[in-house]
Amino acid sequence: MKVDILSEKTGHGHLVKLKGDVDMNSSSDVRSSLAAIFRSNPAGAKVLFIDLSGVRYMDSSGIATLVEALQTCMKQGMRLRLVELSAPVRDVFELARLASVFEIFASMDDAVAGL
Amino acid sequence: MDTVTLTVPSHPKYLSLIRGLIYPLALNDGFSKKEARRIVLAIDEACANIIKYAYEGDVANTILVAVVSEAAFFRVTLTDYGKQVDAASIVPRALEDIRPGGLGTHFIRTVFDSVLYDTNQPKGTVLTLEKKKSETISSLQPRET
Repeated sequence: MKVDILSEKTGHGHLVKLKGDVDMNSSSDVRSSLAAIFRSNPAGAKVLFIDLSGVRYMDSSGIATLVEALQTCMKQGMRLRLVELSAPVRDVFELARLASVFEIFASMDDAVAGL
Repeated sequence: MDTVTLTVPSHPKYLSLIRGLIYPLALNDGFSKKEARRIVLAIDEACANIIKYAYEGDVANTILVAVVSEAAFFRVTLTDYGKQVDAASIVPRALEDIRPGGLGTHFIRTVFDSVLYDTNQPKGTVLTLEKKKSETISSLQPRET
């Protein structure tokens, strides 16, 4: 199972939507897509949103990819906002006790509020 | 006691196949969807570790997965034929150390009640993972006579 990665500019920043399984087999694809966004930093976007509603499965390599993205955002002066975590993603965040490390929002409306 | 086995090549693309085996078996054994997802995660991480460390990324080997359902336990045995790793060196990292990597072992030890690495053979490792069923679950299982 591969992961589908949809990347688009929005009025508030850059949005990446992930769909499928983010595992040892596919997390490198996600990492490459995020790296391309960071390299170009389109229109000086200040916020990177990652929509995780379509993620059916995420393992520790997926978590590592998100931690790396967070670290890169901090270096580049961007904010990383995770949107609509699916149940499997919420599980792995609970197990890794990462919920307090990331900015997490229930919906895109919530994620853009106050920007 | 039922046993289900699956042998897959040591390529990451087959991890989804293992997940697809484990999830329904865990549900069938009475675990909740959340517990079943966590069991799947832990097994997946253990298999990923086999690919990374025992086979050092070589995809031309195999992983044998055996799932045993007993009255009191859900047991998964993972057998590889690669490099043996000192079990004492396999320790989870501190969660407050926020950095990429190193979470797989934490997941395995959190989800399963018993984690046993057996390297008492010339080659490879047999990893046995056991999770106790709750009293409610185990009472639903047929008793062996």
